[in-house]
This record gives sequence, structure tokens and C-alpha cells, in this order.
Amino acid sequence: MLFDIRRILGGLFAVYGVILVVAGLLDGAEEIAKAEGVRINLWTGVGMLVLAGVFLVWERLRPKDVPDPSDESSGDA
Amino acid sequence: MLALAPQDLRLDVNALDYLILALYFAVVVGIGFAARRAIRSSSDFFLAGRALPAWITGLAFVSANLGAIEILGMAANGAQYGLMTVHYYWIGAIPAMVFLGVVMMPFYYRSKVHSVPEFLRRRFNPATQLFNAIAFAVAQVLIAGINLYALALVMEALLGWPLWLSVIVSAAIVLAYITLGGLSSAIYNEVMQFFVIIAGLVPVVVLGLVRVGGFEGLGQKVRESVLGEGGLHTWSTTASTDNPLGASWIGIVFGLGFVLSFGYWTTNFAEVQRGLSARNTNAARLTPIVAAYPKLLIPVVTVIPGLVALVLFSNLGKEGGPAYNYAIPLLMNEFLPNGVLGVAVTGLLASFMAGMAANISGFNTVFTYDIWKGHVNGDKPDEFYVRLGRVATVGGVVAGIGTAFIAAGFSNIMNYLQALFAFFNAPLFATFIIGLFWKRMTPWAGFWGIIAGTLAAFAVYIPYRAGVLDLGTDLNASFVAAGAAFVVDAVVSVVITLVTTPKPEEELRGLVYGLTDVDLKDDSLAGDRAWYRSPVILGSGALVLAAAFYLPFL
Repeated sequence: MLFDIRRILGGLFAVYGVILVVAGLLDGAEEIAKAEGVRINLWTGVGMLVLAGVFLVWERLRPKDVPDPSDESSGDA
Repeated sequence: MLALAPQDLRLDVNALDYLILALYFAVVVGIGFAARRAIRSSSDFFLAGRALPAWITGLAFVSANLGAIEILGMAANGAQYGLMTVHYYWIGAIPAMVFLGVVMMPFYYRSKVHSVPEFLRRRFNPATQLFNAIAFAVAQVLIAGINLYALALVMEALLGWPLWLSVIVSAAIVLAYITLGGLSSAIYNEVMQFFVIIAGLVPVVVLGLVRVGGFEGLGQKVRESVLGEGGLHTWSTTASTDNPLGASWIGIVFGLGFVLSFGYWTTNFAEVQRGLSARNTNAARLTPIVAAYPKLLIPVVTVIPGLVALVLFSNLGKEGGPAYNYAIPLLMNEFLPNGVLGVAVTGLLASFMAGMAANISGFNTVFTYDIWKGHVNGDKPDEFYVRLGRVATVGGVVAGIGTAFIAAGFSNIMNYLQALFAFFNAPLFATFIIGLFWKRMTPWAGFWGIIAGTLAAFAVYIPYRAGVLDLGTDLNASFVAAGAAFVVDAVVSVVITLVTTPKPEEELRGLVYGLTDVDLKDDSLAGDRAWYRSPVILGSGALVLAAAFYLPFL
């Protein structure tokens, strides 16, 4: 079976999330003013971390992405 | 077509943005390498082993249609036509996607074909397969080239990359991951692209709305813009063609909602292929239906930015101002600080590559199965066809690069071609729908119907382009051309059927409505009976939502 795409998605968005949160915390007045007073890097970063969490938790709870037809107990209730 | 002084649009990208972009490229190619280890047979390479769950194939289905030309184009339409642009989604896509999932997908999937042309061979004859395969293969390479050229233009304007560099870099990445991992690599990347594209567009929408004073402020400002009140309605102005889109409700319902949309969504192999890679019939049927839900919401990240750009940039789409196509890049430039800017640029590049990868993975399958295996040499061992598929991928990408450079010299011709492809599938849909429900329809009726329908589309569209035939707007011209193709195909199919011999019923089992193949065993999995996995229930839900979404904007 192929690798689980949820782990890749979770990983990529976790890394992006951390990068953006750090960038957001370091943003100066100029960046914030450009984005209409919103700390957009920070919020987007937080959003991405949440998304990453969803994928990683989902993978943990229902590990098998592709159930084997012979094995119906694969969490497919 | 996208003429503009480059420095006007240059984004202020820095190392942080490039880091985000580089990470993305690394993951894309990494998926290709990982997917390669799982490829043991041609079915793994061309159909992703038929093992994927519906949420993956469904997101890939929507992503394959979420190319950057689509995103930038729909934002441009939003700025130009206002809220009527949502017709392209809510009536111009959702009903056809649901129809594909509920009615047509079981025939495609259960017949175990690799492609749409192969289905035509089984239902009709090899000649029909070959005609459709060649038309499809040529169209995919040309569209891939147009996509590459558009990508290069945008990258030149936004990042200052020379044209050839963007073409080579993006073609090389698409080539790498599809040659390595085949369809599973394309599909996994499409799922990832979907999320990155959305992540890049959402901040633009949010900040745009903050600037114009929320939805209320946006509505107010659109009313005061060139669009006026008409820009805020979808149906109430369609009794005549006196509205921003220049189309009456008849044109919208039958032209866009029926002929154009059903032709595209139900027979376009680059889309259908995502469903064929699903793990069982139920997942295949759910593929376009799962895709319908995000599709319902995509106008939020295309039409809204278009409207925001319209009210913020007074010379958008005007003589001397930036083209409508640059609505989203202009907003990125206006609002996004480094960081999210990198995500948005990555999303744009990702969407260009998603579009191109869908074309190329459709192309290599059709070339290998329908042209080579079906008509040149069909008795080689399985590994031969995996190799051939890889060679075809290289060939398709190289031909796409060639097309991109030709497009750079003749951008007008490319615009016409692109418009032509918009209704290329209309005759095919007529043939499919008659062939599925009328078992008497003969093999040669299939062949001549498609040929006649295709010629009819050309016969309407070329005189329109040449200025001989007056059809009003471009949109109207494509309605008429697609409608003519559909009707001519249907009439020719019926007439030829009456004078030729049908296939024996035995050969049509599983390919025609009402003739079930008793040998096929039920492939459903535990859990498929749950309501949330029922194609009919989920499909109806999508239709109800599409109708409900119109209510605030009648």
C-alpha cells in the first residue's frame, strides 16, 4: 500500500504553520499596516497548525487509509 | 492577452517566501519518489491501483479543475460580470457533477475500462475509440501548453522570472512526479495542491473584505461601480439579455447548465480518470459528489476577490489599466506581507501545475491504452506499457513546452483554441447519453455522431470568429456552438442507427442502462450503506445547497 497522504498534509502544514507563526510574531508595524491591521501571518499560521492537527489526529484515530477488502474491521464503521 | 507593464505587478517577495515555495516543490517531488515504490503493474501506474478512498479522489477531482487559468479567469469574470459568475459553479457544474456520480460513474467504473475512449470502444467500436483518443490527446497537449504559457506570463509579471525559466522549471517538476509515480502521484499532489491553493487565497479574501467594509460595504461599493445593481443579482435580470453576462435564463439553463456543463464534467477524461482510480464502485460514484461540496464554495475565493479588485482599482480592465485576469495578483500585492505572500504565490504555482498534471496524466493513459495498445501493438507484457506510459509522459510534457513557446508567438490563436475546447465535449455527451439509454444505438452511429457533432461545433464557431456570423457575446457563441454540436450529434446518431446493425445484447452487458452484467460481483465495503456514503443522498444534498445558495442573490 501507498504511504498515507494525511501524514504528508499534516507535516507540510505543520511546518508552514510554524514558519508563519514565527513570521507573524516578528512582524513589525509596517507588515501589520499593510494587512489592514490584521496579524495575518500569525492567524494564517495558527489556522494551518489546526489543519495539520486535524490530519494527524485523523490519521492516528483511523490509521488505515485504504481498507483491505478481506479485512472489514479496519475502523470503517 | 495579459499585456501589462511588468513592474506594475511585481510582488515584493523575499527569502521567506522562496523558502515556502521551495519546501512545496520538495514535497511534490518527494511524493513522486514515494509513489514510485508502490508501482508494480500498469494498473498501479495508470489507475493508482484502484485503491483510493472517495475523499482523496474527490479532492483530486475538484483540484484537477482548479487550474490557475480557472482561478484567475473566474476572478476576472467576477470583476467583469459580478455575481452572475456563480452560474459557472452552482448551475454550470454541480448538477453535472452529481449526474456523473449518480448515473454515469457505475458504467465507467464497473466496465473496468482505463479511459473514456476505451469505454467508447466497448460500447461502440475501435474507430470511435481512436477518433476520440486522438482528439483528446491533441487537446490535452495543447491545453497543457497554454497552461504553461499562462503560468510563465504570470510568473514573469509577479516575480520577474524570464518566460523560459518558468516554463522549464514547472514542466520539469510535473514531469518528474508523474513519470515517477503515475496517477497516484498526480492525485496525491492534487489533494495537497487543493489545500495550498485555498490557504493562499483565504487571506486575500479576508483582508479584501476588511478593507471594503465586509459584505455590506462590498455590496454598497459594487452598486456604485460600473457594474451597478446588476452586479449583485444572478437570476432576476435574466428575462432578457440586458445583464452583465449578456445571457438570458434560457441560455444559462440550457446552454451553460446543460450542454456545456454536462459535456465537460461527464465525458472529460482528465476528470473522470480520478473516479476510475477509486477503491470500489461506491467510492467512484462519490468522487464527483464529494468534489461538488468544495466546488459550491470556490466562488468565495474567486468571485469575491474579483469584486473587491473591481471596487479598489478604478482602472481594472480598462484601457491602460491592468487586465481583469490580474485581479487576484493585484490584491496579493496590496495586502499580503511576506510569509502569507509566499503561500499565495505557492498556491498560484501549485494550481498551474495541478491543471497541467491532470492534462498530462490523462494524456499518457489515452496514448498508451487507446492509441498504442489498441491500435498499434497490443500483445506486449505489462511492464512494457508502464515504460511506454513514462515515455508518453516525457513526450507529452515536451510537446506541451513546444506548444507554450508557439503560444508565446501566437497568443490570439491560443485564445481561440481555448474557447474551442470549452465546448469540445458537447457532442460526446450526446453520444454517451443516447448510447447509455438506447441499447439499439449502433457502433457506427457512435462514430458518425461524434464526427458530425464536432464538425457542427466548428461550423458555428469558425464563422463567428471570422465575423461572418453574429452571435452577440463569446459566451453566447459557445452556447450556440455546443447546442448545435449536441443536436447534430443526436440526429445523426438516430438516423445512422436506423440503417446499420446494432451490437448483440450479450456484448453490451454492463455498458447500457437496463442490461446488467450478472457476472459482476458486488464490491461494496462495510460502511458503504451508511447514509453519509450514499451517492444519492449526498448528491441531492449538493443540489439543494446549490439552489439555497442562490436565494440571497436572486
